[in-house]
Amino acid sequence: MSAEATTVAWAPAAALSASDSGKGASGAGSVEEVGVPRKRSLAEALARIILLRTAGSVVMLLVISVLIFLLTYLSPGNIITNLTGLHPPTPAVAAALRREYGLNQPLVVQYLHWLDRFVHGNWGRSMRDQTSVSQLFAGRVGVTLALVGLGFAMAVLASVPLGVIAARRAGGMLDRTISAVSVVGLSAPAFATGLLLLYVFAYLVSAFPPAGAGQGLFDDLDHLALPAATLAIGVGAYIVRLTRTAMRRELGSDYVVFARARGVSERRLTFVALRNAAIPVLTMAGLVLSYLVGATILVESTFSLPGLGLLLQESVEFKDFAVVQFLALFIAAVIAAIMLLVDLSYLVLSPEWRQRLRR
Amino acid sequence: MASTSATLNSGRLAPLAIQGTVRRRSVTFVASLVVIGLALVAACFGQLLFPNATTVNPLQTVLPVGSTGHLLGTDQLGRDVVAISVAGAASTLLGPVVIALGSMVIGTFLGLLAAFEGRWVDFAISRLTDLLLSMPMILLALVVSGIFGASYWWAVVLLIVLQCPYDTRIVRAGTIEQVTKPYVEAARLLRLSRWRIMYRHLLINIWPLERTNLLLNYANAMIAMSALSFLGVGVQEGTANWGRQLVDGEQILFQNPAASVAPAILIVLVACAVNLLGDSLNAAEREAQVR
Repeated sequence: MSAEATTVAWAPAAALSASDSGKGASGAGSVEEVGVPRKRSLAEALARIILLRTAGSVVMLLVISVLIFLLTYLSPGNIITNLTGLHPPTPAVAAALRREYGLNQPLVVQYLHWLDRFVHGNWGRSMRDQTSVSQLFAGRVGVTLALVGLGFAMAVLASVPLGVIAARRAGGMLDRTISAVSVVGLSAPAFATGLLLLYVFAYLVSAFPPAGAGQGLFDDLDHLALPAATLAIGVGAYIVRLTRTAMRRELGSDYVVFARARGVSERRLTFVALRNAAIPVLTMAGLVLSYLVGATILVESTFSLPGLGLLLQESVEFKDFAVVQFLALFIAAVIAAIMLLVDLSYLVLSPEWRQRLRR
Repeated sequence: MASTSATLNSGRLAPLAIQGTVRRRSVTFVASLVVIGLALVAACFGQLLFPNATTVNPLQTVLPVGSTGHLLGTDQLGRDVVAISVAGAASTLLGPVVIALGSMVIGTFLGLLAAFEGRWVDFAISRLTDLLLSMPMILLALVVSGIFGASYWWAVVLLIVLQCPYDTRIVRAGTIEQVTKPYVEAARLLRLSRWRIMYRHLLINIWPLERTNLLLNYANAMIAMSALSFLGVGVQEGTANWGRQLVDGEQILFQNPAASVAPAILIVLVACAVNLLGDSLNAAEREAQVR
């Protein structure tokens, strides 16, 4: 437990501070750098990592926000006609719009104002029907949250056990069946699975309503069941595959073999291996999250669920810039925040890190 | 081993290590080949098989499944569902070919450059890929193509841009493993030009990586492209395209479910076949390496 152990313990931290990508390359360089144990207190190291990683996310978000801001300007057509939509504006209206949106000011000033308004929760009005974006958002966010929450919970509850079973009986009939089903889940786009579920459960057996949101808790659940199941199939397929791969690696490693030799029960072994497998699974969280966001848009569209995804699609169709910009930046911020949390959660999950924390 | 770690690093899933017997693998293999073959025939010769597939017939709008002369009925424009689905293969399958190849070419160029040059070139390219990968592909594609009003081929170009970071990452990871090897050093000592080293020496050695990745790329591109079609980007209403047929057919789900179920099954079937073929080629490749 000397130099070598320290190096290993530091590895995830080094990868963290670099970025969430290219572990192999960037990690290797940093490991070398911290290979010689430094005289830095744990709290200090921890603070440094959290700070660096947060700063990285903020910079990334700022770049994304510039791109989103520029969308209105890069899109074909005059900005005033983009703002007024189909009706040709009178000169007076055009002038008023220029004033309201500050279009006479330099682009940088406009961007800063826009960002300032966004951060302070002043998200503007929809160009389609002049409702405020915050009102639109408040009306839609609940459905999306319920859909994603329910879908993700279903996916995790079903797929983690399935992945573990597949890994424990690798090569067996059950494993092959689970793996084959997961290939279908991975290959099927959410709208296709959604439509097939719709066909079977709303048309063949009218067990569930075909579209829309419900009223009241039970009706809501009834309306959300099929969309959430659709979401869960795709996300679950990813998680099954990730869990299976990670678990197989853990179950094949020396510590498991020796623990088994010492007579540790299979049940206990599985739990220990599962906890260690959680880290490689978590490194792939970005992939799952990406899929989840994309699939939510498709699922809401398939089932006409009035959530944020459908709002985005409608707003894009109507070129409702204020709403599109807000939603894009909002989703980017949520993704960045979740990825940050996931990255920092290695600190808690990784046994090496826990050991360091206890010292 | 090299290819596995590279695939993991790239953010893609590592291929399923299929442990079945040789016979079992060959069954999956043959089945996916048959599906892909049929899809290719439909894409290439659909026009010849059903020359009138896209002719609108207002007299027979939405005939149910099993109507005389129309095995799967007709859609909202009175077109035979079987014929329109065969005709839709071309538009559904051609774009993704261009996307997969295009993103492979660009990804190879950027990945080689980043790994070989290192320093700020690597930094710039890596941060650019990070940026593109930080947002979901469908979201970016929807927002950008919707705002700019993308046609079919613009949607293809957009998806090339959005998919190439994956390839860049894989090629970069593969190249980084190669650049420290003696043959590269020898080539450098011989003062060969950097482009010659990259494209005559390194490329050959990372080619197996890309080859196995190509099919998985294709499946990904096909799913993304049909998702865009489904969301109404790149194709007009009523176009013979599986993604578009699906959303058009959803309106008449209760009159003729086949109009949307048929394209849904076709998309799932072809995407599965391509993924499975890619997986079994991956497994075969690794086995060949082990031996």
